[in-house]
Amino acid sequence: MRALFIHTAGSVLARMPDSTASLKSRPRRTGYGAGLRAIAPLLPAVLAFGVSFGVLSDAAGFGAAASIVMSLTTFAGSAQFAIVSVLGAGGTVVAAIAAAVLLNARYGPMALSAASMFRGGRVRRLLEAQLLVDESWALAQRDGEFDRRVMIGAGLALYVGWSTGTAIGVFAGDSIGDPAALGLDAAFPALFLALLSPLLRNRDSLAAALLGAGIALALTPITPAGIPVVAATAACLVGLRQAAQPSRSVEESRA
Amino acid sequence: MSAAWTAVLVVGLGTVALKAAGPVLAGGRELPQGSARVVNLLAPALLAALVATQAFASEEALVLDERGAGLVAAAGAILLKAPLLVVVLVAAVTAAGLRLIA
Repeated sequence: MRALFIHTAGSVLARMPDSTASLKSRPRRTGYGAGLRAIAPLLPAVLAFGVSFGVLSDAAGFGAAASIVMSLTTFAGSAQFAIVSVLGAGGTVVAAIAAAVLLNARYGPMALSAASMFRGGRVRRLLEAQLLVDESWALAQRDGEFDRRVMIGAGLALYVGWSTGTAIGVFAGDSIGDPAALGLDAAFPALFLALLSPLLRNRDSLAAALLGAGIALALTPITPAGIPVVAATAACLVGLRQAAQPSRSVEESRA
Repeated sequence: MSAAWTAVLVVGLGTVALKAAGPVLAGGRELPQGSARVVNLLAPALLAALVATQAFASEEALVLDERGAGLVAAAGAILLKAPLLVVVLVAAVTAAGLRLIA
């Protein structure tokens, strides 16, 4: 018992200079509230795009109920715009579904990248994962780790903003201006770049980012929308370079 | 069932499954070191792909428009260590300003 105490006290003392230093140099907020604060600047843009989705969806003959239910259940802007524009232009329901599923396919690898940080039972993990969208996932990248509570706080705010915007668009029509005229469409790539930059701390992540962007741009003109971002996940395989080296040298020494 | 409701139902269920697959099947446990190295690189690869497509893709074409100018301005703000809100505003104001002139 005493040995344990001494051991614990010793390790606490040994850790103290480190932990106080990192607290001082990095006052990072965490938790649900931090997610809420982080997403706040983007909520006007999300609301405006929700409104424009509601307007477009209503104009395409979706009706109020289907438009709002889609925002509540699918909760993914690009896929919802795709469904409405394909069906609105007279396309088949199969084409609309295929386009939307392709656009949402990126959520598979995104959720996988964060999977180890989810806690609790299967149902809780399933429900919490539904709050994962581009913005909440991106904001939750903290110091190279995924902060689940930041994702949930930001995701809840996005969910309310997107659904409310859709309802406003459906019922109040386009009394609100075009989001593009306000430059709001330029806010999202800027957000993702700002969140990407602190991740580029080593050669591997820089290589993965450059390769990912390159794959996405190269495939944009030749594949349906949605494919470029999913294909860009292949860039994470640059991580195999160093991981594979030890086993290769073992094989070589055997040969 | 109308086409609209069919699409709402099928895509809704598909999206729930896509988002839940990783956290439900692989949630709450540490990944083996080799695969952790690869999975950790998913974030920079996906973020960079989102930047590229949201700034330079329009439908299935590559375009250089006001969003690209906004992104360049945002990159400048990031290099100057501006807070997130400022970065996003700089991009939006740049794009909106250029559209106003055009």
